[in-house]
Amino acid sequence: MTPLPDPEAQIAPRKRSRRRSLTPWLFLAPGMAMFAVYVLIPIVQSVWVSFHDWDGLGQMRWIGTANYSELWWDDAFYTSLRNNVIWLALYMLAVPLGLMIALFLNQTVRGIRIYKSLFFFPFVISQVVVGLIFSWFYAPGFGLLYALIEWVTGSGVALLADERYVTYGIIAAGLWPQIAYCMILYLTGLNAVAPDQIEAARLDGAKGWRMLWHVVLPQLRPATFIAVVVTVIGALRSFDLVSIMTAGGPFGSSRVLSYYMYEQALSEYGYRMGYGAAIAVVLFGIMMIFISGFIWKMWRDEKGQ
Amino acid sequence: MALHGKGLLLAALMCSAAPAMAQQRVLTFNSNASDPAPRAMFEQLAADFMAEHPEIRVEINTFDHEGYKTAIRNFLTADPPDLITWFAGNRMKPFVDAGQLLDVSDVWEENGLKDSLGSTLSSMTFDDRQWGVPYTYYQWGIYYNKEAYAAAGVEPATDWEGFIANCAAFQEAGIDCLTTGSKALWPVAGIFDYLSLRTNGYDWHMQLTNGEIPWTDDSVRAVFAEWEKILPYTTANHAAIDWQDAVANIVQGRAAHYVMGNFAVAAFRDGGMTDETLGFMSFPTINPDIPRAEEAPTDSMHIPAGAKNPEDAKLFLAYIARPDVQTRINEALGQLPVNSEASVGDDPFLQAGFEMLSTAEAGIAQFFDRDAPAEMAKAGMEGFQEFMVRPERLDAILERLERQRQRIYAAAQ
Repeated sequence: MTPLPDPEAQIAPRKRSRRRSLTPWLFLAPGMAMFAVYVLIPIVQSVWVSFHDWDGLGQMRWIGTANYSELWWDDAFYTSLRNNVIWLALYMLAVPLGLMIALFLNQTVRGIRIYKSLFFFPFVISQVVVGLIFSWFYAPGFGLLYALIEWVTGSGVALLADERYVTYGIIAAGLWPQIAYCMILYLTGLNAVAPDQIEAARLDGAKGWRMLWHVVLPQLRPATFIAVVVTVIGALRSFDLVSIMTAGGPFGSSRVLSYYMYEQALSEYGYRMGYGAAIAVVLFGIMMIFISGFIWKMWRDEKGQ
Repeated sequence: MALHGKGLLLAALMCSAAPAMAQQRVLTFNSNASDPAPRAMFEQLAADFMAEHPEIRVEINTFDHEGYKTAIRNFLTADPPDLITWFAGNRMKPFVDAGQLLDVSDVWEENGLKDSLGSTLSSMTFDDRQWGVPYTYYQWGIYYNKEAYAAAGVEPATDWEGFIANCAAFQEAGIDCLTTGSKALWPVAGIFDYLSLRTNGYDWHMQLTNGEIPWTDDSVRAVFAEWEKILPYTTANHAAIDWQDAVANIVQGRAAHYVMGNFAVAAFRDGGMTDETLGFMSFPTINPDIPRAEEAPTDSMHIPAGAKNPEDAKLFLAYIARPDVQTRINEALGQLPVNSEASVGDDPFLQAGFEMLSTAEAGIAQFFDRDAPAEMAKAGMEGFQEFMVRPERLDAILERLERQRQRIYAAAQ
């Protein structure tokens, strides 16, 4: 079967096809220019800087891969890397917990909107405020959690002063708003769940876990995908909470890569732009693994349709 | 309409003043004095200067004190003002090395500052030239709660053995002998500096911060050995609290001593302490054969290399070096004037600090993060904090610091 000839193409074939191929690019141009200036060029620049010794003020000196070989032997780098992995793993809890709260709130009771907004509240307030609230919650002496542990066990634990617990303490603070975020994603997702399918499943005798696993969750896949993406990215770029709650301490044990980069390149005592850039490149590499995974999945899904 | 009328009036006034305005020179001044008292002092200082030099107008841009430390790198390269506040010693070295500060040796020469500001000459000098003018400094030492002493039934000691014996008595009474808040790291550097100055002396301390002594050396271990003696009596969980939180420990009598700078006196008084309950003493003697040195960080003003009006900026530097001006500045700040001909305020803690500093025979150190280069300072303070929490890791900490020393000072050559 031959396709029908396009009537317009017959009138002015070359002019129209050229215009048609040009138009999308014209529409894309502002976005692409922005993307190049604020994303692509800085990436190239960071990689370039990472091969130099530079204090951010004077001359740049080419040192090849010396920054990277120093990273290889740097304990602080591995501490940060390990913390990043812990962040990634534990931050993922936000997805099932968010789903749980979303399922719980997905009912028609009087005033449910108020409860929903209250649960969403931690995501609305600034991360800085979240960090401060949790610092006081953990604070030795007057902190609620400290007092509670002291009351139960007899001696208090200052979470943020103990290298064993400090990262978990910060992640707990980070989970609070992140769970709210995942919850809202699932709540919107639940609105789109087809009631007739639920009905059909119920007639077939499905309920509880089986209903959730085989009927509801498959329909929530788009929401799950977005929730996982924002949580992975959120875990990798965790910076504000570390900065507010501990500044990487005690003695650097709660650092993550993004904070270590800031510390080396930009903080009060950091004058090592090259080294900071090298850390940034490593973090970028780790992020790229996840991001290309997500993009590949999205591309595959779109092609499948 | 009323507004409009006012605007017209203003415009008319400005027109009549225009001939004078046209010749007026502008000095832009970036200041880190974000606290109310220092901020008012700088505004008064600018007003006084303009009264003496009506042809110059000083415009102050005040930055948040902490934010200033990172903002300075941006404005020095992007939009340099004519004057900046900063700190003496190695803290200004990156900017000197990068050619961001103007050589102001001529200001020192023409105004005889090498005599009147002689005590800080070395900390303002790199390559035999001076790069700024100091306007204030303040002592570090031990602030203590006299009521805690009464509760423990002991008297302040001037030697180390006596101090440690007192610590045991404080522990009996349920009081922390020494408190600190090391969340921001720098408070622990004050403790290290004094232990180092008292154990090995001023010259050794300067060699260490200059990178001439390996951190794995036995002399370094000697300092940490003294430190270990007071660790059991130090506030637990100091790593989780800020320096202001530790002030509360002193105010409430839960701790006895605090190694701090004189700026903390205001916080002690805000907490309700008076001259009757707050005491000050020099850090106790550890090795009596070592001449006494003290610690007093200096704040200074500099001219960026890219200043648009360096001539008037030099005039301003000469102005703030004058004894009468330094007296006024430091009365407002509650700190000590650098100029030896200036007079010190009546405050008992200032008087005690001035007495202590002027009799320090060995010399005056700046502070760990001003004597050592920035990266070494950061690594060092982190190591000190780790040692205070985990003294058993001393070997690993010192080896790490030694690796840092070899890299940092080799790069600086």
